[in-house]
Amino acid sequence: MSDDVKKDADQATKPGDGSLEAQATSEAALESGSQNVPAAGARTPLDLVDVRRGMFGAHGSGDTSGYGGLVTTVLLPGPSERPYGGWFDEVVDILAELLDASGTGFGNAVESVVVDRGELTLTIAREHLVEVVQHLRDDQDLRFELGLGVSGVHYPHDEGRELHAVYHLTSVTHSRSLRLEVAVPESDPHIPSTTGVYPGHDWHERETFDFFGIIFDGHPGLARIEMPDDWPGHPQRKDYPLGGIPVEYKGATVPPADQRRSYT
Amino acid sequence: MSTTRPAPHHSPRATGHVVDDETTGVPSFEASGGDWSEIAEEAARLGEERIVVNMGPQHPSTHGVLRLMLEIDGETVTEARAGIGYLHTGIEKNMEFRTWTQGVTFCTRMDYVAPLFQEAAYCLAVEKLLGITDDVPERANVIRVLLMELNRITSHLVCVATGGNELGATTIMTVGFTAREELLKIFELITGLRMNHAFIRPGGVAQDVPAGGIEATREALTNVEHYLRQLEDLMLANPILQLRLKGVGHLNLAGAMALGVTGPILRSTGLPYDVRKTAPYCGYETYDFDVPTSDEPDAWGRLVLRLEEMYQSIKIARQALDRLEKNPGPVMVEDKKIAWPAQLAIGSDGMGNSLAHIKEIMGTSMEALIHHFKLVTEGFRVPAGQVWQTVEHPRGELGVHLVSDGGTRPYRAHFRDPSFNNLQATSIMCEGGQVADVVVAVASIDPVLGGVDR
Repeated sequence: MSDDVKKDADQATKPGDGSLEAQATSEAALESGSQNVPAAGARTPLDLVDVRRGMFGAHGSGDTSGYGGLVTTVLLPGPSERPYGGWFDEVVDILAELLDASGTGFGNAVESVVVDRGELTLTIAREHLVEVVQHLRDDQDLRFELGLGVSGVHYPHDEGRELHAVYHLTSVTHSRSLRLEVAVPESDPHIPSTTGVYPGHDWHERETFDFFGIIFDGHPGLARIEMPDDWPGHPQRKDYPLGGIPVEYKGATVPPADQRRSYT
Repeated sequence: MSTTRPAPHHSPRATGHVVDDETTGVPSFEASGGDWSEIAEEAARLGEERIVVNMGPQHPSTHGVLRLMLEIDGETVTEARAGIGYLHTGIEKNMEFRTWTQGVTFCTRMDYVAPLFQEAAYCLAVEKLLGITDDVPERANVIRVLLMELNRITSHLVCVATGGNELGATTIMTVGFTAREELLKIFELITGLRMNHAFIRPGGVAQDVPAGGIEATREALTNVEHYLRQLEDLMLANPILQLRLKGVGHLNLAGAMALGVTGPILRSTGLPYDVRKTAPYCGYETYDFDVPTSDEPDAWGRLVLRLEEMYQSIKIARQALDRLEKNPGPVMVEDKKIAWPAQLAIGSDGMGNSLAHIKEIMGTSMEALIHHFKLVTEGFRVPAGQVWQTVEHPRGELGVHLVSDGGTRPYRAHFRDPSFNNLQATSIMCEGGQVADVVVAVASIDPVLGGVDR
């Protein structure tokens, strides 16, 4: 960790040794960023989510620390290659069989299969989500009968796929669990509701709507659940401020948490 | 209410609370404790058969700020809905602005009756993201198991005790809370605090068990067993309690699975689903314990089940104590880039400092000082990716969904709190029953609103 920091800092402070842009695209910078992801056998490609420069949140000022030249690439684990390992192959095969048989087609419904840290994530196209969860719940070899909930993530830099809804399903029968991820653009945040398959997702979808503004079409009563009904905005989005007031303590002022110096 | 009736000209108690256009002209009454006979009389005078009662958010028998919207016909509840959000504090959002280690301090405050479970689930998730699950020392895992099982007992005791209190059985409450006190003293001894411990940390636990801690815990467990017997004597043969609890808050297996209900409510339907068995963590697969189930999926079945679970927790806690006696060792991972730098001790100023550590960083090792500074101010970085970690919380399956962007703070931390999910069963458990049964049914769900609203 700190070795990478030192390397980039050294490069940045060397006079006449290339501009910041050159650093941003350099192999070294990308490599140092990708070291944030643990090496795993099957997985090679990575999804670039964001490129960050500098540190401490200081921009354009006289940064004498050398950290201003730091380039950090934010990479999330990308699609995996077969074999996925364990029961993952079996589940994906059965799902592919069912989706192909119904005429939907596996390739149309499942955008990618990601295996990371021993967990299986299927990225699903929103128009086929309900069919996929129906298969996952009802097929005797899949039997993901316990829908544990829906969570949202906001990736403002992932253009056209800013809002992600994440579904956590567990199979009590087979002692397995997997994750479904559905990405939608902020401009069209509609996802069909899964409450018809997992009635327990009712409140979870309301929560995700409340915090992220994802609209679950077909939900029986998509009202806010945690925030007051007339609350403007969706608080868990990244562009929504945390809020807070500066606190004075022994003569010094501590700014609110979202205005403090940051290291990322 | 759908009935449109002109408002009476001089209704002494009808207030002006108008929610929306549909309810304009519908008389509404405000009651806060005391005798409702006047209200009942006036409702009778107005000829209203169908009454919507707002129970809560301030009501002693709703386990916190839970709002129940009951549509009642006489004494029968025809529709029940739960309204939540009164204790929403934005903990998940706040965690995105603190380091991974500071996150523990936040998530422990979610379900404040079972704080150690949020800590453990969160730390297990962070360790999974870091890929250091197998590096966590054995002793740290044993301490985690010990604390979680003690916490399960205290949480179930609160459930049983407050449930009894809500029915007017104050002795159940006093015995339950006295028993809980025994274990809270142990928490204070081991973690320094009775609740909101922030004791389980990514990579291990903050401190080793102090001298005398194991003996004190053994003694406390014996006392708790004694109190549990008292509670059993008090409750299990009590005809009034049986009349109030049996057949109330019924929820069968199909209903529980459909609603994603887990924990004692699911096990009371006969399904032995317990994350400690199906997806073990912290070495639960090496402990000898049973998963009790019930064939009475009602409030009574759940009460008996919780009592049985407390005995199983005592059994696990004793095994953990045996292991602590046999295996001394570190309680934090060896990796100095992740491990919190110091094991604290109470200094002469009464503050938590480690004199040996201060001597080292100020006197001998500049590298140790730099490490300390970087870890405490900046925190450690966690490789990008996402994980899902579940633990068996006293109220069901607690899930943590963590997303990292490779930085020093969580990109997203989501907690799937079991009581948040289980509260959805309020309607199905209460509808068709009597108003008094609502209290029993909600008590058998055992919601903690701090966890529900987060």
